[in-house]
Amino acid sequence: MDVVIGQLFTGLSIGSILLLAALGLSLTFGQMGVINMAHGEFIMAGSYTAYVVQQVVSSATGSLFVSLLVGFVVGGAMGVLLEVTLVKRMYHRPLDTLLVTFGVGLILQQLARDVFGAPAVNVAAPDWLSGGVEILGAVVPKTRLFILVLAVVAVVALSLAMQKSSMGRRIRAVVQNRDLAETSGISSRRTDVTTFFLGSGLAGVAGVALTLIGSTSPTIGQSYLIDAFLVVVVGGLGQMKGAVIAAFALGILNSFVEYSTTASIAKVIVFVVIVVFLQVRPQGLFAVKTRSLV
Amino acid sequence: MRTFSKRALAAPTALAAIGLVLTGCGSKASDTAGESTAASCVDTSGDTIKVGSLNSLSGTMAISEVTVRDSIALAVDEINNSGGVLGKKIQIVAEDGASEPTVFAEKAEKLISSDCVAAVFGGWTSSSRKAMLPVFEDNNSLLYYPVQYEGLEDSKNIFYTGATTNQQIVPALDYLKEKGVKSLYLVGSDYVFPQTANRIIKAYAAANGIEIKGEDYTPLGSTDFSTIVNKVRSADADAVFNTLNGDSNVAFFREYANVGLKPADMPVVSVSIAEEEVGGIGVQNIEGQLTAWNYYQTIDTPENKKFVDAYKARYGANKPTSDPMEAAYTSVYLWKNTVEKANSFATKDIQENADGVTFAAPEGPVTIDGSNHHITKTARIGEIRGDGLIYTVWDSGTPIQPDPYLKSYPWAEALGS
Repeated sequence: MDVVIGQLFTGLSIGSILLLAALGLSLTFGQMGVINMAHGEFIMAGSYTAYVVQQVVSSATGSLFVSLLVGFVVGGAMGVLLEVTLVKRMYHRPLDTLLVTFGVGLILQQLARDVFGAPAVNVAAPDWLSGGVEILGAVVPKTRLFILVLAVVAVVALSLAMQKSSMGRRIRAVVQNRDLAETSGISSRRTDVTTFFLGSGLAGVAGVALTLIGSTSPTIGQSYLIDAFLVVVVGGLGQMKGAVIAAFALGILNSFVEYSTTASIAKVIVFVVIVVFLQVRPQGLFAVKTRSLV
Repeated sequence: MRTFSKRALAAPTALAAIGLVLTGCGSKASDTAGESTAASCVDTSGDTIKVGSLNSLSGTMAISEVTVRDSIALAVDEINNSGGVLGKKIQIVAEDGASEPTVFAEKAEKLISSDCVAAVFGGWTSSSRKAMLPVFEDNNSLLYYPVQYEGLEDSKNIFYTGATTNQQIVPALDYLKEKGVKSLYLVGSDYVFPQTANRIIKAYAAANGIEIKGEDYTPLGSTDFSTIVNKVRSADADAVFNTLNGDSNVAFFREYANVGLKPADMPVVSVSIAEEEVGGIGVQNIEGQLTAWNYYQTIDTPENKKFVDAYKARYGANKPTSDPMEAAYTSVYLWKNTVEKANSFATKDIQENADGVTFAAPEGPVTIDGSNHHITKTARIGEIRGDGLIYTVWDSGTPIQPDPYLKSYPWAEALGS
């Protein structure tokens, strides 16, 4: 029984990390159709932000919360820079965005290597996050509970922003029909920049969260990028609801398969399940209802 | 006019190409005939002798291999300052293997054929060594390889100055058995070394009544260990044998500590964590855990003090020295001692005179075994302490004879090739 509970929590935890990595992508890829291969490097930027902040703010607790905020702004600013300089020139050319942002990602990795060195760096977690809590016989690390809470907060905040604020309404309008939105007086340029800021900022937050689990190296983002794309595709492009369900479903599937097989086999099985699923539902769990899909 | 000149060029080009192919075949034929292999272009007339230093200075392995390059350079400088070798100063030709086995093979070819070096020092991953092996054999040149590896190999053209399995993994298993360990859990990265190491561990366990409670591999670079740590926790083995590489160790040890597993209850023995990795993992997450190597910075001998002081003076007081660095440093001296014994830089003379050549290395005395080109090494189990350094808690006392094919162990017979 405690094995089932333990794996359930592990699955939720893997899911919450996937979700944090994918949430920003569901905005930039799902809603705007930009295949941003540099999303992983924005995650990395968040991780290094946590490292830098820790050099300045000595209290581990203080630095964690400051990093979450600064990580959001750093990731967001990098996203805006990328959008304004390169991505804006190639909307509706998804393959070009793929190549260009892949190149940007490589440059950012090398930049991190030059600035912080190739060896991985370590961000100390606050004392109150060390150790685990026992839940029905299974021990769940507190860092993972914290990330789970963080993912829930991020989802709630993002969906409130999208549903309730005028900014969210503008974003949804531009996504559904760019020309119509433009004629109703919405600046689609400004909206694009805002969307990119939000999406990339969330990547920064994910990066800060990752420092609680492992080390920070220039290639940290790479290991999460593909999984994040999978979550967005399985969930349905631009569907936050879909991303949430897909992330937790994939996390739980992964944890149970891995428990009964091995890590490498679990990865294969999860991929096979995704391929089969996409045969049945190519549009993902939920489809965008729009009249202007390009 | 234009067509004409093109045609005029075509004939000589074709002839040249045929000539190249023919000479290529010619040298191949003489190789298979077993005659002395390609003529060496090593220049021994001047007052310098060239050697190659071939390490990954870029790519994913750079972090580890740059330190090896540095200790090769240190040894060469020390030798030059004390008069060189056979009266000649050593000149290093450094090349970047770029973490790619194919680049290692190309650069090895270049060092041997166009730089005409007398020997090459370097390589780290087994795949880089496997890629270079045919190059050194075809050119009948020498490679000194400084990293512990999975064994089951010997070549007349390679000197293996890192540990083979009976000098690292087998002593670690003996140590655990002596401590009363009855069951093991195996965790490793999914590639050659951990898979081979675990095959040896399982054969040993079967013969010694140790139960293997589980065996798990993760892709290189994997950072999610929650499921594996859950499995380890519920398997409740006496110890964990860890062959994970690189960053994965950080995530593994953090998760291990966070679910409340302690070295006192279920110690983890690692074979790929050195002094420089401990800082990245965070001392608090790994304090008290064990490692199996042949060298630690804390070894208290005059030879090691000299090595550590010289390294820190040259590269920085906060730079730790590690096992592969020490093996690389030692390999330069072993080459020098062999050259002096043979009174020659020629590959054939070095191969014939290598047996029994010794050096008082920082890890203790080492001796070349001419039958398999490995060296004797002292095995050490270390404990990671709060200062981030590793301290010897057990050593084999005397250097262990290398046995890359584990021929002297009856339980290893089933391992095959």
